[in-house]
Amino acid sequence: MLQIPAWKRVLILGLIALGLLFAMPNLFYGKVESHNDAIANMERSGVETPEDLAARAAWPDWLPSGLVNLGLDLRGGAHLLGEVHVADVYKARMDSLWPELRDALVAQRDTIGAVRRVTAPDGQLIVEISNAEQIAKAVEIARGLAVPVTSISGAGQSDLDIKGSGNRLTVQLSDAEKAATDDRTVQQSLEIIRRRIDEVGTREPTIMRQGADRILIQVPGIGSAEELKQLIGTTAKLTFNPVVSRGTDANARVAAGQVVLPSMDEQGVYYTLEQSPVVTGEDLTDARPSFDQNGQPSVDFRFGPTGAKRFGSYTSSNIGQPFAIVLDNQVISAPVIRQAITTGSGQISGSMDVESSTRLAVLLRAGALPAEMTFLEERTIGPELGQDSIDAGRLSSIIATVAVVAYMIASYGLFGVFASVAVIVNVILILSIMSMMGATLTLPGIAGIVLTVGTAVDANVIIYERIREELRRGKRVVKAIDDGFSEAMSAIIDANVTTFIAAMVMFFLGSGPVKGFAVTLTIGLVTSVFTAIFLTRLLIVLWLDWRKPKQLVL
Amino acid sequence: MAFRLKLVPDETNVNFFRWQWLTFGISAVAMVGSIFAVLFMGLNFGIDFKGGTTIRTESPAAFEVGDYRRVLDDLQIGDVSITEVFDPSFGESKHVAMIRIGTTDETGSVTPEELNKVEAALKTVDPQVSFAAVESVGPKVSGELIKTAIYAVGAATIAIMFYIWLRFEWQFAIGAVVSIMHDVLLTVGIFAVFQLKFDLTTIAALLTTLGYSVNDTVVVFDRLRENLIKFKAMPLIDVMNLTVNETLSRTVMTAVTTALALTAMYVFGGDVIRGFVFAMLWGVFVGAYSTVYVAKNIVLWLGVKRDWSKPDPKEAKDDIPAAFRDAP
Repeated sequence: MLQIPAWKRVLILGLIALGLLFAMPNLFYGKVESHNDAIANMERSGVETPEDLAARAAWPDWLPSGLVNLGLDLRGGAHLLGEVHVADVYKARMDSLWPELRDALVAQRDTIGAVRRVTAPDGQLIVEISNAEQIAKAVEIARGLAVPVTSISGAGQSDLDIKGSGNRLTVQLSDAEKAATDDRTVQQSLEIIRRRIDEVGTREPTIMRQGADRILIQVPGIGSAEELKQLIGTTAKLTFNPVVSRGTDANARVAAGQVVLPSMDEQGVYYTLEQSPVVTGEDLTDARPSFDQNGQPSVDFRFGPTGAKRFGSYTSSNIGQPFAIVLDNQVISAPVIRQAITTGSGQISGSMDVESSTRLAVLLRAGALPAEMTFLEERTIGPELGQDSIDAGRLSSIIATVAVVAYMIASYGLFGVFASVAVIVNVILILSIMSMMGATLTLPGIAGIVLTVGTAVDANVIIYERIREELRRGKRVVKAIDDGFSEAMSAIIDANVTTFIAAMVMFFLGSGPVKGFAVTLTIGLVTSVFTAIFLTRLLIVLWLDWRKPKQLVL
Repeated sequence: MAFRLKLVPDETNVNFFRWQWLTFGISAVAMVGSIFAVLFMGLNFGIDFKGGTTIRTESPAAFEVGDYRRVLDDLQIGDVSITEVFDPSFGESKHVAMIRIGTTDETGSVTPEELNKVEAALKTVDPQVSFAAVESVGPKVSGELIKTAIYAVGAATIAIMFYIWLRFEWQFAIGAVVSIMHDVLLTVGIFAVFQLKFDLTTIAALLTTLGYSVNDTVVVFDRLRENLIKFKAMPLIDVMNLTVNETLSRTVMTAVTTALALTAMYVFGGDVIRGFVFAMLWGVFVGAYSTVYVAKNIVLWLGVKRDWSKPDPKEAKDDIPAAFRDAP
């Protein structure tokens, strides 16, 4: 047991050396961070500025440059937990289905009679036909528009749920399609939020899905959750709708398929619009901030080929009619079409300042959120508070380590020194593994490391106490140490497995800082078992070979 | 002979069962007391569990909590509570307050307009005040967070029980679980008694404590199993006493190193983390106590099989010396 083959010694020391190497960048945090930022910057922009080159040169490329990510509570920044209103999409789907369904039904006007859309709850499309006895025919026509669901769980089912009763045809999305749509909506939202945040170019944001319909967003370094919300909270849904009338009554009665929306600039003015848009923001290929002919900030946009074609044919057949530019359910402007617009480009102007025109351009370019989001959790942590926490965490870790080392040496003498070396290597290994994984260190995580310093010696304590007992029984030094290690093993394994179970539970059920804590704790468990069993034993074996003691006082 | 600091002498022979009714009684009373404290005094839930908004303000000038309260009450933004935070590391020119605003609407978050109003109001009494951190949690999430927290503690307990049952015997699993419940209850209880802020990180602390306490218990159980095999004839109570005495110095040693590390964190780690560290520190203390006075008492009362050395009949047969084997 006490004979450690040379390859094993090399392996143990090699692993520790690797650990030291990978933990090292954290000592030069600022330098390495600007090195990494510079590389990312140059990759993104494709331009090598002198500043970036200088920052990159400050840290040698061949050295590892992985850093422990600092959590929001240490770095400062904003955290949002948003919920996507997935049901919004059902309504949009029904609205876009209506023209298609109408055309299909109207084509069979001879049998089913006149067709009329009536007001329906959100997410449903209800159509009345005048020949009630032909409702089966209407259902059949509507079914012809349905397509199979494209998801693994819902495969083979129809995407529409169509019922006919009396003279009414009720259409809504089937449950399988709803599930598939929800999933797509959240994925899309996630993607669009990512694009919007990337456009602003911030460092290492965390954007991830949580549960069925939630999205967690953490952006370090941003001033406040409010700023972040303005960037991602707006749906930025841009549509171009035909105008039916203009008035001052917010509750004007409208026909089915029409909506009343307020004007953005003119107080008390409301427009009645056709609900189905001619073109939408999705047809845009580009949007950029600019100025209109009066020198006011505005946004220039350009449609893709299909959007341009649709917009062109609509404008050419509606000259003299107004159409509305609608952003997030507010009418930005409702100009009258003077001539057919076939170039596929246009301009949005209204009361904007440069900042809001820039933001609108970003939002339009990144695309509209498919559904609205509300925020369930908002946290802003100022950078000073984070720095204070880092300082306090660093100070207390050092003091904790010194105290534990002093106590171990006082209790076990030279063997205490061995255990202390193991504890310090342990902390370094934790940092290096976290750097390699790019794991996030939170304030509770620092507490976890400090706790690990306290518990990491536990394995050594179990072994040493065992060796003391064996010595008291009169065993020879080498035999006592050998037995001490092997007898203590099962206790060490059991003790660490139970803590590991608690850490796993925290990881899978916890969120945010708790998860960070669980990661630190788990890594700490693995490394502390490694250092306590392998490193301490190696040190003891080396010492035995060197001194060949006949007596041991422990 | 070299100097060695030993808090526990080499050979101890304390009868840990002499006062077992008293020690176990204290534990039982403390557990019941904790339940009553939680029921009647309630826990001081943080926004994680209750919803609402907390604002951490910092100001270079000293301020009066009364002034803050007066200007905020005028705003009528709902239930506001203000506490001044003290920490030795702050020094003369740093004064920190935590302002907590109850939930006012469905989403639970304080709107940016309200936040601006709060800042403007505070500036009238303390022009240099700034917000170091603002956090809001809506009631929808906070309800779920409580549920998840309870699941987490429950799941960890069951998983650990299962593991111990696998590695030892069911009596040990029951003993460990009772001592886990003891530790969790007493920790939650002290949070109720002192009305300490109970939030998500407290749950993390609770789970860590739980892991630590089981860790401690398992080390003793491991030795108990070994001694049960070694001393088949010794009465169970004596085997247990021997075991606890043998592992006593390790129990104390580990409790002290852990407590040392946590105390450093408690004193120097800053006020943000103090509640968290307190929960763990208390957990280490309670965990060490329950290892010695709760877990093994349960095992003693449940009784445990004494003959551990016959895993299955076939192997057992091989153990019989040749001379005693039946002739074929």
